Amino acid sequence: MKSFTYEKVNSAEAAASAAASNSNAKFIAGGTNLLDLMKLEIETPSHLIDVNGLGFDKIEPAPDGGLRIGALVRNTTLAADARIRRDYGLLSRALLAGASGQLRNKATTAGNLLQRTRCPYFYDTNQPCNKRSPGSGCAAIGGVTRQHAVIGASDACIATHPSDMAIAMRALDATVQTVRPDGSTRDIPIADLHRLPGDTPHIETTLTSGELITSVTLPKPVGGTHIYRKVRDRASYAFALVSVGAIVQRDGTGRVAVGGVAHKPWRVEAAEAEMPRGAKAVAARLLEGARPTKENAFKLSLVERTLGAVLTEAKG
Amino acid sequence: MATLSFSVNGEVRALKLDTRTTLLDALREHLHLTGTKKGCDHGQCGACTVIVGGQRINSCLTLAVMHEGESVTTIEGLGTPEHMHPMQAAFVRHDGFQCGYCTPGQICSAVAVLDEIKAGIPSHVTGDLNAAPHLTNTELRERMSGNICRCGAYSNIAEAITEVAGRPA
Repeated sequence: MKSFTYEKVNSAEAAASAAASNSNAKFIAGGTNLLDLMKLEIETPSHLIDVNGLGFDKIEPAPDGGLRIGALVRNTTLAADARIRRDYGLLSRALLAGASGQLRNKATTAGNLLQRTRCPYFYDTNQPCNKRSPGSGCAAIGGVTRQHAVIGASDACIATHPSDMAIAMRALDATVQTVRPDGSTRDIPIADLHRLPGDTPHIETTLTSGELITSVTLPKPVGGTHIYRKVRDRASYAFALVSVGAIVQRDGTGRVAVGGVAHKPWRVEAAEAEMPRGAKAVAARLLEGARPTKENAFKLSLVERTLGAVLTEAKG
Repeated sequence: MATLSFSVNGEVRALKLDTRTTLLDALREHLHLTGTKKGCDHGQCGACTVIVGGQRINSCLTLAVMHEGESVTTIEGLGTPEHMHPMQAAFVRHDGFQCGYCTPGQICSAVAVLDEIKAGIPSHVTGDLNAAPHLTNTELRERMSGNICRCGAYSNIAEAITEVAGRPA
């Protein structure tokens, strides 16, 4: 691990301004992803800003009937919250499908959104990777691609976003609140937080330098049956090959977001109009324009079949 | 370098550390509490599991300096060879290990799992999110999935934990 200086901050503004004054600084909260990457020297911050003391650790009612989740709320706490379990079961389910008990106790809401890909070529510092080392190339393209993206990828990067929680947040239309170094705040719809790789896969979100997530807000509950179905190589403690997060209403309408297929949580609102017609119709629209490799083309039928299972389960 | 003062197994300890020192390395290399094991050092195996502020975490994926004023319990704090924690005794009784390397992490994790179930925290396999979870074998295996045992002592580990859970509190 490269050496770094370390400070604890007491206000969000101080955190954002500390980050702005050092472009090689990083915020640290749970640290479960950042420290892993620092050990491998994939992340090499010269300064760490510990934001754990900022008090963003509450889940509070939002003015419009939703819930405001502090950026520092741990994954375990969020999944176990009685309001989340009752009204946003999809979010509880997605959180509980991810990582291990130990990691969920540490990992935070904001950190989960900002975690980096688990593409093995990103992790292997002996391989070229446009995300780790811009302009060096992509070893995944032409490599072993069973886990990689099938849609929204580019000639520069075919990595996927690894978060389960983000799939639920996307289906629930969450918004992300931030503070910038000049003290200004803004709301970012979750759909606009993560970027597709394009020519700049190292730029993963629309956050600007020093911008700090302070909370994530869920709109008021939409009812329906909430299901998160994750397909993976082990029954527990593994990243998704494909995951489907769905909210299905009694009349068959609803929402669907898919994980394991793209550089960001994959949701196509237009595809949801097909939900009453079944999984095949939804999947066809959702995955329109997909460019899988020979090794991961199975993900297309896996999405359709997993969605089929989810819709059947929702009918009860 | 940074300074740190925290409680380890009920005793206040003060250390001067390189900021890079993980909680795991602080425990093993600086406090010489070598019960906690370094397996993968990347949060994938669970051998380094300790209990901080009542919650189990991977001590390899957290910096020691981030635990100022906090309270850490390691396997040495749970019990001693003469006065074993009930979970340690149950692991011995059920042969819940072979080589023993993952065992301190398994035991710390198991103790915390029983508390998590008592606190009503659901898991991936909990059927009804709005009901209190029960300690079934499926629940236990899901909740312990962050602790890998390459000797494959899983069924004996599960029996040991089940026995402890079955005792009246």
